[in-house]
Amino acid sequence: MEAEMSQASAVPPPGIPQPRRSVMIYTRYERFWHWSQAALIFILAVSGFAVHGSFTLMDFRTAVLIHSSAAVALIVLWIFTTFWHFTTTAWRHYLPDVRGLPAVIRFYVWGILVGAPHPYSKTLKRKQNALQSLAYLSFMVIIGPALWASGIIYLAYPLWGQWATGILGLPTVVFVHTAAADLMMIFVIIHIYMTTTGKTFTHYVKTMITGYDTIELTPAEAAYLEEEEVSRLAKS
Amino acid sequence: MASTHPIVPLLFIATLGWNATAIAATAEHSAPAAKLQPVADQNSGSLSGGTADHTKFEALKGPFQTGADVTKACLTCHNKAGEQVMKSVHWTWDYRNPRTGQLLGKKNVINNFCTNARGNEGMCAQCHAGYGWTDATFDFTDQARIDCLVCHDRTATYYRLPNSRGSAICGVLFENLAPIDFAHVAQNVGLPGRENCGTCHFNGGGGDGVKHGDLDSSLTRPSKALDVHMAVAGPNFACTQCHVSRHHQIAGSRYDMVAHDETGLGKPGARRDVATCESCHGTTPHPKLSLIGWQLNHHAERVACQTCHIPRIARGGVATVTDWDWSTAGRLIDGKGYAEEKYVQADGTPRHTYWSIKGNFKWDENFVPTYQWFDGRMVYTTADTKIDAKQSPVPINVVKGDPGDPNSRIWPFKQVRTKVPWDPVNKTLVFNHLWGDDDTAFWGNFDLVKSVSAGMKLENRPFSGTLGFLDTVSNWPITHMVAPKGDAVGCGECHKPKGRLAAITGVYLPGRDGFGWLDTLGIIALSLTLAGIAAHAAIRLALRFKIIWRPEWRPK
Ligand code: HEM
Repeated sequence: MEAEMSQASAVPPPGIPQPRRSVMIYTRYERFWHWSQAALIFILAVSGFAVHGSFTLMDFRTAVLIHSSAAVALIVLWIFTTFWHFTTTAWRHYLPDVRGLPAVIRFYVWGILVGAPHPYSKTLKRKQNALQSLAYLSFMVIIGPALWASGIIYLAYPLWGQWATGILGLPTVVFVHTAAADLMMIFVIIHIYMTTTGKTFTHYVKTMITGYDTIELTPAEAAYLEEEEVSRLAKS
Repeated sequence: MASTHPIVPLLFIATLGWNATAIAATAEHSAPAAKLQPVADQNSGSLSGGTADHTKFEALKGPFQTGADVTKACLTCHNKAGEQVMKSVHWTWDYRNPRTGQLLGKKNVINNFCTNARGNEGMCAQCHAGYGWTDATFDFTDQARIDCLVCHDRTATYYRLPNSRGSAICGVLFENLAPIDFAHVAQNVGLPGRENCGTCHFNGGGGDGVKHGDLDSSLTRPSKALDVHMAVAGPNFACTQCHVSRHHQIAGSRYDMVAHDETGLGKPGARRDVATCESCHGTTPHPKLSLIGWQLNHHAERVACQTCHIPRIARGGVATVTDWDWSTAGRLIDGKGYAEEKYVQADGTPRHTYWSIKGNFKWDENFVPTYQWFDGRMVYTTADTKIDAKQSPVPINVVKGDPGDPNSRIWPFKQVRTKVPWDPVNKTLVFNHLWGDDDTAFWGNFDLVKSVSAGMKLENRPFSGTLGFLDTVSNWPITHMVAPKGDAVGCGECHKPKGRLAAITGVYLPGRDGFGWLDTLGIIALSLTLAGIAAHAAIRLALRFKIIWRPEWRPK
């Protein structure tokens, strides 16, 4: 078996299609945090813009209660998820591989319109294409932190408010928070649109719900999964 | 929000003696208006109870001819009371504000109601806790002149009359009053109830509820909805439960307010110096373990308790004056003064909308206060102030406060706009001689130039002889009529555009404020995103379903 593994792990020459199999690429935890984060961000966006006075869907007190509670829930989720990313080394998926970027951009600008295949195919090691990882990375290191950092400072206003004066106080915090919330909305909207660009309109969404996608597996990966994580392979 | 207090029968018919049929019998000015009936079992705080039965004291058997005779009897036991009362503003009507240095007190100020007590003591000093103050010769050192009974009578049979005769037209005032049985009153003294304090304080400005908007006869027997503290069916607090005292010095004067009490409860029983909410409720009265409670406790650092907990002014069925125009005073019909009563307040009582002796009034009730930053200091426009008439309306009292100052909080106020007589040449407010049986008193001769000349002469102040009318505004802090907590002002009434705090500056108020251009930018970016997506999707679909298509586009 040792010999098999070492032999199989030899990287197959590029361009040679590998057998495709239905594999669980999003683990249960990933799906859980993806969807609960989606729900929380939706709740936060609605209640946050209600606090902001953008619309009068709910009264201010309710909006504050919902927003603050959802914010705390989201922070807890993020702490767990960050921990999870580092313990499972899943964080590597976010490392942007800029070499693939031009091809992906070309695809979204033109190829996708005429039905070209995606220049990138998911592998077990890399679930995200170059543009995706760049987008998610900016989400996770810029928009997300800007929101939660300013949000926590905002939430703690009663604790520091008495020392803050003028522009250095709440206005700056609210500015960052609101601007990041705007960016978040744009990210989410584009993100949702992108989910319709799979093989079928709902392919990506289904994948994120079931966790399974059909991807090319190198013989080594296939063997590894058969041996160590057989539950991730769909019974075919 | 109907309060359930019964209308107290009016003992005094305070109409002036001319043309009595033209004036309905209302409690407008001129007398300690309605005689308020005593309310039993009021809660006066730590002093409640008592250890002496005054009917048993030899000294109180009488007979007494006058109130002063009773006072002398009181002082035989309460031998420090005289000294103590003489130090209180109830006696001195004189107050030097330690923070602003201004000389205030009813003896000195000019307001925008009946303007000045000074020079009209014969009438106005009915609400002085002493007997016989008619002019500057009053002896402030004579203890026998103290009126103990006005505050301590618990029979509701004691009353006060003006200290001097007014004009002949006031002749029928106070007719047909039952003589006071002084011995009966003296033997039935007790701690002051709301009716005692209310005799004067409910009638500030010249009648029930006129001045303050949060102090009127509806507080004699308030419902819970009107006032949680004084509610007869609730804690039934007497005024002195909050307005604590030591040696007859009563806490909580409007002349020197504590706008932000950071001491709170203090040591048990220690706080005899303030009438703040915090002195009973502490500085963090909301539930500490709830998110909203936590936020509200911190709101209390910048927002006075009253701002949320007194949602509206004058909720008890008694209206308050919001606008007064002296410039129309003195109109006569057939040479006689008259009154119009075109406002009917919620309890059904009609109120003066015009009165020859005072001019035109506007009333309001159950209305939203005005909110301002307040640090407890009020700077008064006094008789010495050179008035800048470009400022209109001229504030009679400027509410001091600053959003950057931790001692300032957002407070509710009732504002009154008044056109008052003034001297436009010397640019000063004027003393008006309203009361007297001489021919210069306005309430008799209806000649303002004459009465103001007399008032200024009495004060040895210059008067140019030209009389004008000045647009003024005064601010009355609102602190009574605390509503049940369920009726407190909701968050959204301030945290919204054009809400209650629309005029408050210096703070970022979520829900009210924003960065206009950021919102615009956000909306533009969002629209562009959606438009881009729509365009992309449209082209995608058109190509996908070959609505537009060229074979050479087929991917290799
Ligand atoms: C960890 C995440 C977050 C925290 C800790 C947080 C915290 C806060 C706090 C404390 C407020 C002030 C109102 C209140 O007390 O509820 C607020 C307001 C707001 N939040 Fe968040 N928030 C977070 C995430 C978000 C997200 C994801 C969005 C939108 C996509 C958002 C949008 C807004 C908006 C628009 C406001 C109103 C700003 C204003 O006008 O004052 N927030 N947030």
